[in-house]
Amino acid sequence: MTDAIIELTNVTKSFGGVVANHNVSLTVRRGGITGLIGPNGSGKTTLFNSIVGYHPIDSGSIRFEGQEISQLRVQEIARLGLLRTFQATRIYGKMSCLQNMQISIPHRKARFFDMFTYERAGVIERAEQLLSFVGLYEKRYLRAGSLSFGQQKLLEFAMALMNEPAVLLLDEPTAGINPTLINGLIDRLQRANSDFGITMLIIEHNMRVIMNMATKIYCLAHGEMLAAGVPAEIQGNQAVVDAYLGAH
Amino acid sequence: MSRASLHPLTIGSLLLAGVAAPLLFPAYTNQIAVLWLMIVFASTWDILGGQMGYNSLGNIFFFGAGMYTSAVVQIGLFYDVGMYTSGARTTHIVFTNAQYFTGFTLGVIAAGVVACVLALVTSWIVFGLRGPYFAIGTLGVAVAGAELMASWEWVGAAAGISMPVFPGGPEAQKLFFYFLLFGLAFLVLVFLRWLYSTSFGLAINAIRDDEEKAEAMGLYTRRYKRTAWAISAFFLGIAGAIFGNMTGFIEPRDIAFPTTTFNIFMILMVLLGGKGTFWGPVVGAVIFHVIKEVTWTYFLGWQFVALGLLIVIIVVYFQQGIVGWLMEKYPQRFGIRVAPKEKEVRSHAIGFAPNAEGAE
Repeated sequence: MTDAIIELTNVTKSFGGVVANHNVSLTVRRGGITGLIGPNGSGKTTLFNSIVGYHPIDSGSIRFEGQEISQLRVQEIARLGLLRTFQATRIYGKMSCLQNMQISIPHRKARFFDMFTYERAGVIERAEQLLSFVGLYEKRYLRAGSLSFGQQKLLEFAMALMNEPAVLLLDEPTAGINPTLINGLIDRLQRANSDFGITMLIIEHNMRVIMNMATKIYCLAHGEMLAAGVPAEIQGNQAVVDAYLGAH
Repeated sequence: MSRASLHPLTIGSLLLAGVAAPLLFPAYTNQIAVLWLMIVFASTWDILGGQMGYNSLGNIFFFGAGMYTSAVVQIGLFYDVGMYTSGARTTHIVFTNAQYFTGFTLGVIAAGVVACVLALVTSWIVFGLRGPYFAIGTLGVAVAGAELMASWEWVGAAAGISMPVFPGGPEAQKLFFYFLLFGLAFLVLVFLRWLYSTSFGLAINAIRDDEEKAEAMGLYTRRYKRTAWAISAFFLGIAGAIFGNMTGFIEPRDIAFPTTTFNIFMILMVLLGGKGTFWGPVVGAVIFHVIKEVTWTYFLGWQFVALGLLIVIIVVYFQQGIVGWLMEKYPQRFGIRVAPKEKEVRSHAIGFAPNAEGAE
């Protein structure tokens, strides 16, 4: 498959005696939105962490653009253009929103003395564009830590866009966000996908959200791949329903 | 980002203060010279401790390393160091004017460079550590430096080294070292103001706020950390070289690597003034130095009790420091804007204030 941007083959990761991921295989299609669902503790975040290099995997292979990345470190993977957001939002609290954006520029091409550059041309402009894209333009000079949780989530999303990633791994983007704002967020995620061409892999518990957005969904349960398919298939899959509702 | 350079008025006042101080208080020239040294200590400690969130207990290592480097260069250029430092030496060694100043200049430069290199080498070890482990690890580096020097016969071991004698009279000597330390402090302030205005400043702030996030965003965190450590080391090395010549005699534990005095003072001054702020370390250094000189002069014997008391008060009741407290109280004066809290205040709602307006 040439349009696969991320390919996981038989990834296994265990912590001591707990097998968090067992022989998980998954493919993220270039330019698409892929969903990853599963009950709590099914190993979704572990899989994310494996992909972005937070911990070494026990066996299997993770390929990004055909390149094996399972041995690379976090920053190296991020610089390839594979970026993740965190389930518990993480922003730089004591810096202003604009500063948060400025430091999120892609560091792929940065050389040693680029550390000491001063307000590169166009950076502020692009930061402000993206802040208005997520609706935080008015708050750009505010301390990021003083924003509400939902706003911080939007800021984190804008920071990710600032980094111009090829693939964005979003860990529960709508968790903890006011339901009235979720539609706005979905709209922005979809526009980032269609307008900026960013491929997305999204962990999500909100079924309404993920079923509407994703073109392909993978479902994990007890660390193993339970099902995969288009949203309609997943919705009609008895094993998935059982995993969520706890049938025996 | 803050301004790239200090306000001309600030530069003017600094220069004026630096030049006027020894003229107005000639009896206190040495104390004021040490005050500028304290400002260098505090401001360079704050690069890591305040701006980057890495509390180092080992910065004094570079001060001592610079001091010993310059001593070795100054002596070694003209004599055999082992012979010079030997306890059995009976001949009197005199440096000519030319020898003294060539040696001193090269010694100061070498001190900065060697401290920088040592920082890069030690960074491989210490930046594998975070939080309290980093603090203890760096303290280990400083203590090891002192112990190493104390047992190295070639550089005089625990008996230390008598530095080459300044060729001028005592007044000229005082002013010479005064203006060197003042110049260094001035340079540090101008340099740091510029540094914090570049993306380097943003990056080390990002590391302070959330290092894992910075890594996940692809920031070369280790490169920034090592560079920050090397920058502090460079200035501390030079400071050590100047101070070693100023005192005229160096030895490992109390002068070159004083882990329990200067090393603690630098942290204390930053905490007192406000860490992570540009002027906090300066304000902290001035106030601390005055308190220290007064207690050392009038309550001798009780000075460490007073010092301990000060530490307890700052750490328990006044963590944000003077400038930090001012910034919290009058944020708009410092160009900081926080999300307006009026809505919550005006509604006088019980419980939490819903943030219905959300993102828009």
